[in-house]
Amino acid sequence: MSSTETITRAEVCAVACAEIFSGAGEIMASPMSPMSIIGARLAKLTTEPDLLLSDGEALLFADTPPLGGKAPIEGWIPFRRVFDVVASGRRHVVMGANQIDRFGNQNLSAFGPLQRPTRQMFGVRGAPGNTVNHATSYWVSRHTSRVFTDQVDIVAGVGYDKVDPANPAFRFHNLHRVVSNLGVFDFAGPGHTMRARSLHPGVTAAEVAENTSFEIHGLADAEETRLPTAEELRLIRDVLDPKNIRDTEVPS
Amino acid sequence: MRDKRMSLDEVVGELRSGMTIGLGGWGSRRKPMALVRAILRSDLTDLTVVSYGGPDLGLLCSAGKVRKAYYGFVSLDSAPFYDPWFAHARTSGALVAREMDEGMLKCGLEAAAARLPFLPIRAGLGSDVPNFWDGEMRTVASPYPDADGRTETLMAMPALNLDAALVHLNIGDRHGNAAYTGVDPYFDDVYCLAAERRYVSVERIVETDELVKTVPLQSLLLNRMMVDGVVEAPNGAHFTLAGDSYGRDEKFQKHYVQSAKTPEAWQQFVDTYLAVSEDEYQAAVREFAQEAKK
Repeated sequence: MSSTETITRAEVCAVACAEIFSGAGEIMASPMSPMSIIGARLAKLTTEPDLLLSDGEALLFADTPPLGGKAPIEGWIPFRRVFDVVASGRRHVVMGANQIDRFGNQNLSAFGPLQRPTRQMFGVRGAPGNTVNHATSYWVSRHTSRVFTDQVDIVAGVGYDKVDPANPAFRFHNLHRVVSNLGVFDFAGPGHTMRARSLHPGVTAAEVAENTSFEIHGLADAEETRLPTAEELRLIRDVLDPKNIRDTEVPS
Repeated sequence: MRDKRMSLDEVVGELRSGMTIGLGGWGSRRKPMALVRAILRSDLTDLTVVSYGGPDLGLLCSAGKVRKAYYGFVSLDSAPFYDPWFAHARTSGALVAREMDEGMLKCGLEAAAARLPFLPIRAGLGSDVPNFWDGEMRTVASPYPDADGRTETLMAMPALNLDAALVHLNIGDRHGNAAYTGVDPYFDDVYCLAAERRYVSVERIVETDELVKTVPLQSLLLNRMMVDGVVEAPNGAHFTLAGDSYGRDEKFQKHYVQSAKTPEAWQQFVDTYLAVSEDEYQAAVREFAQEAKK
């Protein structure tokens, strides 16, 4: 059995990322970074066996390989088909973010003015389509007030204050969770603002407040994020991430 | 049947400054890089480019050839991910950006392929995408109310009509039948359907019967109606990956990124790799690979 006495912050984050998919059922899980990939695969190996997972390129895995590993496949999902899945809604994506505001608007495009940015990143990628079509969560490996900002420079991922309640085209918008190296959050605060669900063991409310530009609802009352079970630790350490890549995202 | 074989420079000779040109592939994957290098050797300028952007867009920006870009993203797909020349063009305000959701780019090409003025799509609603378009992008209301009598208003993605499409595939014949090998067709067929003039470079040109014996039917992405010119360009997607033919030249892509950092390094990169013929490029690239092994 794996030791539960030396549980790292990264391992707590991996389980919090897995819980993003609790109850997801038979949909495509699309995690976009090592930690959220570990999380999605952990969910598939524990409570969510019907999740569909791809190799990040064009193949659907039949089995659940370690990070960077290969596995037998069960199907084909080239990029053009991913857009069909997006439009179908049968998907939950976990994207990264350069900025997130209190209503869940997200930016991964660029900083500064639209037509003459001060720093160029990816452009909006699939963020606008993801956020209006299906469940979207975010993983932030370094929770800072630069990321959790009052106003994002460019809205790539749509936040709750951009939803037009009179237009049913927005009815599938659903920002499910934000998991960071400090805690687990959602947008169930007043007016769909960011709310603290739990803080990771050892993290204080003051530390989160210091590293967030806006007020997070329920911060003082947040529970402690649960620890991994012995079985989850075994899967993380021995099966999914034996090379300990998770520590490069969240140092212990 | 028409023999459509051409040289790289003959293809570029059929393009004009100011054209709207679609570039196939995706990020740093199966990009028509030999055709892009041929554009760099030409005096073409003032281009509008439509692309799932990668180093194709970057190289065109390095030579100041792009006036306007329609893209869902620009990525090198491996570290450092952001293309340095696209970033430079953007931060210096050198081009007009028509940024959009990735799915909107597919949608706009499909509208053009079907000769429709627009197609409705959910993606884009509520985001800053319309603000990138300076009024060029509108919404459309459904004439069919939903079960509660409400009207769904969607983005009216305008057709992305192309003057020319440039794509690179793995194998083709002299008439324009062509196939991809590997895991993903990307959107190269849709680019060709959306364009007035269509040019495909291929790793190798074979007889038609060999083509259809070599790949499964489902890989025959392009037929003769979709192609005006065929170029044989082995290693023509370098330094991007090309399905079963070869992977990405990660070392060379990193060298491209490093070289963009100073004017001196870039001039050296241009002299060695860009201000030369395609054959000389390929020879210099082989030499780079030899050096990198030492």
